[in-house]
Amino acid sequence: MNANELAIEVRGLTHRYERSAGFAVEALDFEVRRGEIVGLLGPNGAGKTTTLHTVLGLLAPTAGVVRVFGRSPLLERMQVLGRINFASVDVHLPSNLLVEECLYIFSNLYGVSYRSERIRNLVERFDLKALRRQRVGSLSSGEHMRLKICKALLNSPELLILDEPTLSLDPYMAHRVRSLLKEIQSERQISILHTSHNMREVESFCDRILFLHHGRKIAEGPPSEVLARSKSRNLDELFIRVAVSGDIFDAG
Amino acid sequence: MQDKTGSLRRIGTLLQRYVFLHRRSIIRVFDIGFWPVMDLLIWGFMMLYIQQTANTPLAETIIFLIGAMIAWDIHYRGQQAVTISLMEEIWTRNIVNILIAPLRLWEWVAASFLYGTLKVATVTLILGILAHLLYAFNLIQIGWVFLPLAASLLFFGWAIGLGTSGLLLRYGYAAEALIWGIPFLLQPFSCVFYPLEVLPVWAQGIARILPSTYAFEGLRQTLQGKAIPASLWAVLIGLNGFYLALGAGFFVFMFHRARATGRLGHLGQD
Repeated sequence: MNANELAIEVRGLTHRYERSAGFAVEALDFEVRRGEIVGLLGPNGAGKTTTLHTVLGLLAPTAGVVRVFGRSPLLERMQVLGRINFASVDVHLPSNLLVEECLYIFSNLYGVSYRSERIRNLVERFDLKALRRQRVGSLSSGEHMRLKICKALLNSPELLILDEPTLSLDPYMAHRVRSLLKEIQSERQISILHTSHNMREVESFCDRILFLHHGRKIAEGPPSEVLARSKSRNLDELFIRVAVSGDIFDAG
Repeated sequence: MQDKTGSLRRIGTLLQRYVFLHRRSIIRVFDIGFWPVMDLLIWGFMMLYIQQTANTPLAETIIFLIGAMIAWDIHYRGQQAVTISLMEEIWTRNIVNILIAPLRLWEWVAASFLYGTLKVATVTLILGILAHLLYAFNLIQIGWVFLPLAASLLFFGWAIGLGTSGLLLRYGYAAEALIWGIPFLLQPFSCVFYPLEVLPVWAQGIARILPSTYAFEGLRQTLQGKAIPASLWAVLIGLNGFYLALGAGFFVFMFHRARATGRLGHLGQD
């Protein structure tokens, strides 16, 4: 990755779903730089998933430009998708495969070299070694989420997109996963775009946050700066104020 | 008394649940009458055929039926393999992981075609052995000509599979009933168990534009010891090429449509 290359560049992103009265996202601009962890926040229906889907090339926006490493995720899928990966609380891995079969299949799809070594390393790091011969469908939701993160790290992505990665984890495991992700992120300077409703997690984990409300960006910057500008004590308080009153503090 | 009323309310509530489901889905309503109508058509046309061939020895008629049943399964399994490989990813909610992997659309389709071919080869082998052991029906006796006829039915199965997969991408679970139903919608018109002439004139018009009609006609001629004319092969190749191109075009169109509407990212989550 080029040092000056932007991992994500979004300009004027607008999307309106069929038979929907309003815009899911409207005139959204933001960037994610190399090695940066950006939190995408907002109440339900704020446009977070729509934004993630456009970055992943799952959704063709009504208007605007989305570039991942300077390329279009819609028109240059192969060049983009090999360099990124994704884990979400809503997207599962095949329940009818064994844990090791699942990781083998995805490592093959991503053309991972030194496959066995890579799988072994990740499985050990995320405490899944004892579960290698277990069916994915029989894992607890916490174990399944850790497996999803392992899958998302298989191809050593330069950009990791995480949708509520710690939602189903107990506080200890959530802390461990955050620490591991931080560790891996600083080892390889990967960029992370991360959504979460856990505001304490966002404050400690993200370098910068992007607050969305009704499809529009209402605040952007390092968590401490956003809190200072909005005169809020913490992100929980800010989140509730936004959800209740729809206050727009700034657009970065 | 109170318990009886409670039971009635609970039964009524569950019934209402089904009414809610059907009210919003034309496909579910269509599914209610679909299978009985298809059964009636198939058995009705077969009865007409048996009446017309009253002088043909019963054993000969049964040989046709066994051969046709095995060949139909090739078409059906080919279609199912293509659609079920997509359906499976939706059922397990893994579809998004596949869609965001560096995988070309045609590579995904090619894998499902290969999966279908393996399934068809296995099923045909099993049915061929069973038919030989139980009914003295020798599939090998049909000769090499069975291979291109089977391939033709497989290609048409792929074309239909691409079409039903396109519907799945666009409509998700709501299109599930169509996956199982569409091959059987074509069965009465494909003249699987009877010749084209048995059908009424309006149905013959539909039958003539399906490659499966010509494949089953070719199979019947072969089982009667006749050679298949070159014109029949030409029609088979032409129609299969047309339907494969149509199926592929429809699948790609539906993929882009699902991506434009946002459906793609939510597959399996409804």
